[in-house]
Amino acid sequence: MTGDQVQESRRNMLGDALAIASYALPVGMVYGLLTLQAHFSLADVVVTCMVALAGGAQFAAAGLVKDHAPWVAIAGVTLLVNARHLLYSASIAPYTVGRSRRERAVMAHFLTDETFALALAHFRRIGQFDARGYWIAAAAIFFPWTIGGAVGYLAAGAVDTTRLGLDVAFPAAMAGLSLGMVSGRRDAAAAIGAVAVAVPVGLLSGPSVGLVAGAVIGPIFGLAIPAGPAIDATRSAAEQGLP
Amino acid sequence: MSQLSLGLIPLAVLMWLCTYPSRALPMLAPGIERLPAWAVTYLRLAGPAALAALAAVNCLISTDQPPRLTLGVVPVAVALCALVVARTRQLLPGVAAAVVLVAVTRALGAAA
Repeated sequence: MTGDQVQESRRNMLGDALAIASYALPVGMVYGLLTLQAHFSLADVVVTCMVALAGGAQFAAAGLVKDHAPWVAIAGVTLLVNARHLLYSASIAPYTVGRSRRERAVMAHFLTDETFALALAHFRRIGQFDARGYWIAAAAIFFPWTIGGAVGYLAAGAVDTTRLGLDVAFPAAMAGLSLGMVSGRRDAAAAIGAVAVAVPVGLLSGPSVGLVAGAVIGPIFGLAIPAGPAIDATRSAAEQGLP
Repeated sequence: MSQLSLGLIPLAVLMWLCTYPSRALPMLAPGIERLPAWAVTYLRLAGPAALAALAAVNCLISTDQPPRLTLGVVPVAVALCALVVARTRQLLPGVAAAVVLVAVTRALGAAA
């Protein structure tokens, strides 16, 4: 892998990072609005965005705080909603083997859905770890999310995000990113299997349980598909300019 | 409430304590690189699976109790995004198309 190819992959990632940032900011604003209704302070909002850095869990927590739920319930929901990060971390881990323990520990804090999607696709394209690429991916969500939360809190209802259709940005981006990671029959089977499991389980047991079930069981659908001709995911993704 | 009140900071730390181990353990655990081939394949497939599940749960299931299937313009918009991404291989036009579809549909009063 030449330096030019790494640069090219970083440029591809920057385009996708822009897309991530462009929805993270308004979604962060929605979160900020919700926290105002839940009687967070501005400091609470900013610190939660920086420390927890977990969008879905933060939305759930703000709703639970608003409903005066006990913190132990919030902890349980957070644990469940964020259990999928175990899979993300394990997927990234083979690329970080040569890095220092301290660097890996710091990187782990920023391993969100979006950081994972952008960074893993970048690593797969170039076939190796790239620290600068990882931090670009992390910054694409960390700063817009935190700033969006603060702005949304302060704007306090000035923007009707639902009317503007911004509530669709998160699932749309996740669907697009998932599609971009599909580079063969096994990936497609895993993604379709995950949806087939997540929706019925989510309807029966709640969205968070459905999400975890889909993420855990979906890959088994992929494993059940015989491996086709050697899939060069790195080449495929690089040509597509997508994760 | 003061904007500088720190009353919920301990909750943020609690949430971090419930989140960080899942993010860190596989990266910090020794021997992760010596996983058998099937496990490595499983982990590679976990990426598209987790993101697809995340998208489906967010656009198809309500957060009400009990949860219910939400059909309407949002799942259609997500499908449109997937279609645009499949054709253009770029995320931003796909997300933009989804947002515009939902905003226009709602402006016309054709969707909630």
